[in-house]
Order: sequence, then C-alpha cells, then structure tokens
Amino acid sequence: MSMLWLGTRKGLFALRADAQRRSWKLAGPQFLGHIIHHVVQDPRAPRSVLMAAKTGHLGPTVFRSSDRGRTWREAAQPPAFRKAVGGEEARAVERVFWLTPGHASEPGVWYAGSSPAGLFRSEDSGEHWQPVAGFNDHPMRTKWILNGTPDGEFLHSILVDPRDARHLYIGISIGGVFESSDAGSTWAPLNEGVAADFLPDPGVPFGHDPHCIAQHPAKPDRLYQQNHCGIYRLDRPGSRWERIGNAMPKKIGDVGFPIVVHPTDPDTAWVLPMDGQTVWPRTSIGGKPAVYRTRDAGRSWQRLDRGLPAQAWFTVLRQAMCADRNAHPGLYFGTTGGDVWASTNGGDSWRCIARHLPEIYSVSHAA
Amino acid sequence: MTCTVRIASPLHSYTAGASRVDGRGATLAEVLGDLERRFPGIRFRMIDEQDRIRPHMRLFINSSEARDLAAPVRGGDTVHVICALSGG
Repeated sequence: MSMLWLGTRKGLFALRADAQRRSWKLAGPQFLGHIIHHVVQDPRAPRSVLMAAKTGHLGPTVFRSSDRGRTWREAAQPPAFRKAVGGEEARAVERVFWLTPGHASEPGVWYAGSSPAGLFRSEDSGEHWQPVAGFNDHPMRTKWILNGTPDGEFLHSILVDPRDARHLYIGISIGGVFESSDAGSTWAPLNEGVAADFLPDPGVPFGHDPHCIAQHPAKPDRLYQQNHCGIYRLDRPGSRWERIGNAMPKKIGDVGFPIVVHPTDPDTAWVLPMDGQTVWPRTSIGGKPAVYRTRDAGRSWQRLDRGLPAQAWFTVLRQAMCADRNAHPGLYFGTTGGDVWASTNGGDSWRCIARHLPEIYSVSHAA
Repeated sequence: MTCTVRIASPLHSYTAGASRVDGRGATLAEVLGDLERRFPGIRFRMIDEQDRIRPHMRLFINSSEARDLAAPVRGGDTVHVICALSGG
C-alpha cells in the first residue's frame, strides 16, 4: 500500500492509497500546531518513522514512532550542538530540518541536518543524538558557510552511499555540497562547475546554494542537484558538475527547490521550476505550474502540466516532492498552498489528491 | 525549597496536562533541572544547549522577568513559564 507523510507548518498529516493509487484517504492532523519539517520512514525497519518538529514557542526536537506513526515518543536527547567553550560562537539548533536513515549495514543509525547548519548522528534509532564533530567543529566551517542568511542556513540532502556506509554527501544552503569518505570525520567541498551568481567571485570553491541533491540508488555514482543557480549532474569519480539545466527552455530557466530521481532509471529525474527573476518570487513561473522531466540524464527536458491548474502561484519546497518505489513510480508534490498533487504515469498527467491543508513542508513516501 | 511553577499550555504534554506543578531549587536553573527530572524533555524545549532562554519563552519569578538561569528562587515563589509568539 502506498502512503504519504505530509509535514506541514501546522501539523502532521498522512494520505493512504488503495492498491491502484487512485483513491487517497487523508488522516490527521497529528501534532496540530507543530511545525513539521521532515518525516521519514526507515527502509530498514518499515514500522519505524522519525519526524523533525518544533512549535512556534518551543525548541526543536525529534519524535519517533515504532508503529508506523500510530503513536509517537520524543527523543530523549534531541540534536543539539555541544556547549561552547571560551569565546566560541555559542550555536543552538533552531530547527531540525532534515532526516536521513543510515546505511543498510548500520541499523539504528540516522543522520539529522539542522539550521543553523549542523550535522548530527544517532546510533539508537533516533533516541539519542550526537553532534558530528568532524563537520560541526571543522576549522573551515565558518568560511564554508559564509555568514548564512538571517533565517539561518540549512543542512539538508544528507546522502549515504548505498555501497559504503562511510561515504557521505551533504548540502548546505548556503555553503555548498560537501563530501566525506570517512563517516564524517573529514569533509571536502564538491562544487566545481556550480554557479554562484550571487557571490562577488562566482568561481569560489564553496559558498554555493544547493537546494536539493539526489543520489541515484541504482547508480550511486550519479548525483543530481537542484541549485539556486541551476540544475546539475555529476558522475563520479568526476568532480565537475555539469549544468544540465542549460537544456531547459530559456523562458523557464532552471531554478527550483526539489529534484527527484526515478527509483530504477538513473537517466530519469523530475524538477519543478520556480520564478527566480528579479526579487525571486519563487512561485510557479507566470502562474502556470509545471513539472519538467528528463529521460536522458539532462540532455533534454519535457514539460508536464496536464491536469495541473491553469493558474496557481504556489511554491514547492525542497522536501515536498518525492517518488514512490512502484514499478511505475508514482510522483507526488505538496504546495505552500496546502494541496497535494499526484501522478502515476511518470508525470504525464496530474491530479489533486488533497486540498486545503496547511503550508506543506515535506512529502515523503512510506511503503 | 519549594516553589510553584505555572506551565504554559504548549508544555502541558510534558506535565500530563498540569498547568501548575511544584518545583524545587534555589535558582531558576535548579528549578528547571528539577522539572527535567520529573518531566523529561521539558527543559530543552524552553532552554537551548547553551543555557539560553529560547527566543519565544519568557520566565518570570513572581512578577519580575528573569533573564538569567542564575536568578534566585525562594520558597513560596511562583515561577511563570510564558510563551511569547507573534504572527499566524
């Protein structure tokens, strides 16, 4: 059965489908009034789900469920920076923004990304979290992240190489893409070829603004990136990103938040472009929302808007688009206007499966 | 020494719905530590990892706002945990 977890600005919702994914039933809200940034099922233990949450008043935390979201329990030790010593910057997690299950060989391991940018690891299924000192205390950290933005920078897209538990990628908006091959002890920037048009020196090795990075599960050497400055692909062991967004129609451009890869075909990916002109409205371009799909690793893109509204001015955030793992994968996205859209034919056509929810922050599939 | 702690509604999930609980300690830090022992997780939702009061929390001892966890608490005092949020 297909199920979607919806993290919203005002609580947690779920959508459950029939076997054909035609009929969807909305459940919730749970945690009404809580700000839910990310909800992720553990593929190694499908009854386990983790949720990153806070409220307007209260500090950030993580909730855990071991019964597919029926009941939840708060982490005993949520992600937190270590206590500052001497004249150090005294950092505090403002929000837990991203959750990633660890490698299949490490059951119980999870990673979390925060704002301001911090990386955290749990070895007991999210009950206790420890800062990853190799990143959080890296001597270059303050240079990598510049001065962030007033809302704080976000650490997201924590990717664990399915072939090697010690090989990690992370994205920081603003900061760039970073790679570790020793389980997070050391890190190096991985931004060659990526534009940073907003910086005085666009050729810098870090300080970029990745919005979302995806690693293909069947071809883990292939990475896709939706950046503030374009859409990119990187085939390792290469280290230079190729701007595949150059093949997008010029009037659409290649700005957006999410990028989603096909579960089995490494050449297929989907993006949802947004308006990045002048003052950065970040809405659907011209009020005409459309998904774009590549089937040739970014050499060409197809517009997919059948069924989508002729006029709508929503935004789709980076965690708010996903694919399921069916043979004919379903695609789903949630909007800042509180609607959820689904396609079961690769994006060729879309239909709305939930309306009038709070602003949607994340959409994730659960088996 | 024992004081009374009035708990704002966003934290009632930790106190089993109680809006008023007893607290023990000679400083605000000690009272919050006492609450944490009895209501695990409650302190971190109010106080960050650097021991700062979170931006949308206000702590009063009787009618005076306390901005420092070292603030003294006397027997019979009332500690008010107040949430301060604007916007929708």
